[in-house]
Amino acid sequence: MSSVPTALDARFREAAAGLLDVAYDVLDETPVGPLLLGVSDHGLCRVRFDPLPEQDLEWLARRFGPRVLRSPRAVDRVRRELDEYFAGRRRAFDLELDLRAVPEFQRRVLAELRRVGYGQTTTYGALAARVGSPRAARAVGVVMNRNPVPIVLPCHRVVGAGGSLVGYGGGLARKEWLLRLEGALPERRPVRAR
Amino acid sequence: MACPSPVPPFERFYEAHKDEVLAFLRRRAGRERADDLFQETFLRALRAYGRLRHAEHLRAWVLRIAANAVVDAARRERPQGSTAAEPLVHDRRPAFAELAPLTDGLPPRERAAVVLRYGYDLDYHAIGAALGSNEQAARQAASAGVRRLRRRWEAGQ
Repeated sequence: MSSVPTALDARFREAAAGLLDVAYDVLDETPVGPLLLGVSDHGLCRVRFDPLPEQDLEWLARRFGPRVLRSPRAVDRVRRELDEYFAGRRRAFDLELDLRAVPEFQRRVLAELRRVGYGQTTTYGALAARVGSPRAARAVGVVMNRNPVPIVLPCHRVVGAGGSLVGYGGGLARKEWLLRLEGALPERRPVRAR
Repeated sequence: MACPSPVPPFERFYEAHKDEVLAFLRRRAGRERADDLFQETFLRALRAYGRLRHAEHLRAWVLRIAANAVVDAARRERPQGSTAAEPLVHDRRPAFAELAPLTDGLPPRERAAVVLRYGYDLDYHAIGAALGSNEQAARQAASAGVRRLRRRWEAGQ
C-alpha cells in the first residue's frame, strides 16, 4: 500500500487544528535538545524535554481528551517565542497557559513561580513562603519537578538555599544552560590557549 | 478532567489507518477525488472521536466513514433531477449503492442513517458517531426514514 503524500498529510493536520483537544509538535533541534510542545484551545499545556511519543501522547490524552494530533502550524507562536528566548531576544513569554489539569496547590505555586523574572533566582523555601506554606519547601520541589510547561514557567530559576542548583526535571545541565543564558550564573570563561 | 480515554490518542489512530483509508478511497472514487475525501473522512472521524466509548473495530469504523463520504460526494455531484447512482463504484455494486437511488428523496440525516443501517449493517452506536450525534438520535433518524419510505411506497401502490 502506498503511503499518504506529505502534502496531503500536512493539509489534513492543518485542517484538523480547530477540532483538537491538543495539537502538538516536536522541535528536534533546540539548544536544550528535542522538545515536545502541546497547545489546547486554552493555551500552552505542555513543554516536554526528551519527548517519548508513546508516553507523552497518552499523558496528554488522559488529561485533555483523546483528540491529540501533531499539527505543527498550531504551535507556531510557541515555537517562535521559544526561538526568540533561546536567541537571547526575549525575556518574558506572552503566551496563554492551560493549567486546567494541574491540582490546586500546584497551580498556586506555579502562579507564584511565574512572577520570578528573567535572570533572577529564588529558593524552594522562599517560594513555599510566598504561597503561605513556609515549611513546604520539599513539596514545592515536587511541584517544580511536575511543572507541565518548563522554561515558560521558569522552574529553572528556583535553586537551593545555599545557591546550589539542586535538581531539575530536564536534568541539571539544562538548568545550568538556561540560567547562564539569562545571565543568572557567571559566564564560563573559555580556556585561553598559550 | 483526568478521565481515562477508551480510545488511543487520535495521532495513533490516524497513523494506523491513513494509508489504508487513502487506498480505499482511491479504489472507490478515483485518485482525483480521493484527496478531498481523505480529508473529509478524517475530519468526520475526528468530530466523532471524543464520543467513542470503546476502541474496538476502529478500522471498520473509519472505512465506513470513508464509504459514507464517497456516497455523499456522489450525491453532491449528481446532476439535479437524475436518479441514477454515480458509477463511482467500479468493482461490484454493494448494498449502499442499491439503496442510494431508493433513499434519494429522504432528508439527509434520515437518508444517511438508513443507508448506514441497511446498506452497511452498522449498529446505531457507530451510526451516531459517524453522524456526529448519538445512538438514540441515529435510531430515531433511521426509523423515521423507513416510515417515510413506507408511506411513499404505499402512496405509489
